[in-house]
Amino acid sequence: MADEKQSLVDTVLSQTSNDQQLKTTNVENEELIELDEGNLLAVNENKIDTKGFKKRGENVLLSLTRDATQVLFNSLWKLPESKTWLPREKPVPKKKAPTKWEEYAKGKGILNKKKSRMVWDEQSQQYKPRWGYNRANDDTKDWVIEVPDNADPYEDQFEKRKTAKKERVAKNELQRLRNIARTQKKKVPGIGLAPTEQPSKDHLSKALAVAHKSTASIGKFTDRLPKEKPSKFTGKKRKFEPSIGNLGTEKEKQLKVLDSVSKKIPTINVTKAANRVLRQDEEKRAEDKKSKKTPKKMKGRKATLGLGKPGRQGGGNKKTRGKRKR
Amino acid sequence: MRRATPMVIIVLWLRGVRRPIFPCGQAKNMRPLTQEETNTFFEKLSKYIGENIKLLIDRQDGSYCFRLHKDRVYYMSEEQLKIGSSAAGDTLLSIGSCFGKFTKSGKFHLHVTALDYLAPYAKHKVWLKPSAEQQFLYGHHIMKSGLGRLTEDTEQYQGVIVYNMNDLALGFGVAAKSTLACRNCDPMTIVVFHQADTGQYIRDEDTLT
Repeated sequence: MADEKQSLVDTVLSQTSNDQQLKTTNVENEELIELDEGNLLAVNENKIDTKGFKKRGENVLLSLTRDATQVLFNSLWKLPESKTWLPREKPVPKKKAPTKWEEYAKGKGILNKKKSRMVWDEQSQQYKPRWGYNRANDDTKDWVIEVPDNADPYEDQFEKRKTAKKERVAKNELQRLRNIARTQKKKVPGIGLAPTEQPSKDHLSKALAVAHKSTASIGKFTDRLPKEKPSKFTGKKRKFEPSIGNLGTEKEKQLKVLDSVSKKIPTINVTKAANRVLRQDEEKRAEDKKSKKTPKKMKGRKATLGLGKPGRQGGGNKKTRGKRKR
Repeated sequence: MRRATPMVIIVLWLRGVRRPIFPCGQAKNMRPLTQEETNTFFEKLSKYIGENIKLLIDRQDGSYCFRLHKDRVYYMSEEQLKIGSSAAGDTLLSIGSCFGKFTKSGKFHLHVTALDYLAPYAKHKVWLKPSAEQQFLYGHHIMKSGLGRLTEDTEQYQGVIVYNMNDLALGFGVAAKSTLACRNCDPMTIVVFHQADTGQYIRDEDTLT
């Protein structure tokens, strides 16, 4: 039994070793052979290697013939091109959603300028990558920083740079996440106001609007200043009437506005009225003075007759009275 | 006002002309004025023609309207509006007649082009002596020496329409002094502040629309 098995294995092994000597369907120098498939004809017009022919004899011819036949059969067995379009298995990958900046840039017509990856580094006198590891003009590697004018001399400039960088990174991360959320149409909570180095007037009024609303009642009971203007940052969008609509209603609206405008215009001339009142006051005062004076003048006669008001009663001392009379 | 208003619609429509990109938030097409805008606009107009604005809105000879386009207020007939609104907003340069513009801070400035509509309804008028006409048309204020006549009971800072002695409207301005104060001031004092004059058709040809 054991001998029989051994012989079987031997024959199989010999067969496989024979298989390995079989040539592949690929032929070297395929392009040298001309084909005429209609007549099942393959022609090799090249010169025969005479040295090899002398050495190996007919084997050279045989191998040439085999090559030619192989090329002929290769071409015969080649399948024609398919005619029907087969559907693709997976759907076409979706386009990446544009980020908010990309949308804005598109609207503005801002084009992306390609920057070179390598930048000249003045310090090391060689080209270095613009960003990333071992980058050019790396300001984190500075061993000394000049304190800028008008800056607090005790402020740590290194720390300041680090925090600025951290904030930039955090801001970028936040924007990245918001972009993702936006593309998935999920509502993103506002972050309120990010701190800026130089807050603008708008920034201040935004902060005021946020502060107004930051109560339990969402600003319903927040006190306002007497002449405070309504905030620009209410989040509501302006809506305009259609340009071509009902002109009749538009006219009515305008007439109403006109009514309110004409009510504002005072019907009386304010300056004129004020002047008149002032003049009247003046006249009255002048008359009062006169009326005060007359009884003094008439003191002698009328006082005795019982006319006019009685003169000054009492007051003053003897000295002054005497002087006045003179 | 009886004469037919010329139909003027200027549209920029050339191939290859790059359309301007509007900053975010600005409406491209013309639109009716909002309540607030109407308020400020009418307040300014009423300084010159008082309640006669009603005659501009409520016209017998057809329906007319005001439209805002690129911060400018245009006065046009319904017919003009319909034709004009078929033009793309950023190609439309002018339509009807321009009354003035809203400044960035929300105030309204009248332009000379509104003079044709202000003059017939003017409440307060100033007539210029022939010698002062040119000075005014060159953009100078009116001094008392150039004043021919003045409507009675004109208050200070009242809007006035300026005419020459032949009753031709030359422009408009604001009274610097009331009629009473005018009588007592010396000839070199400014009586009317210049605001717009017909000379601007030549001087500001490129900006008037």
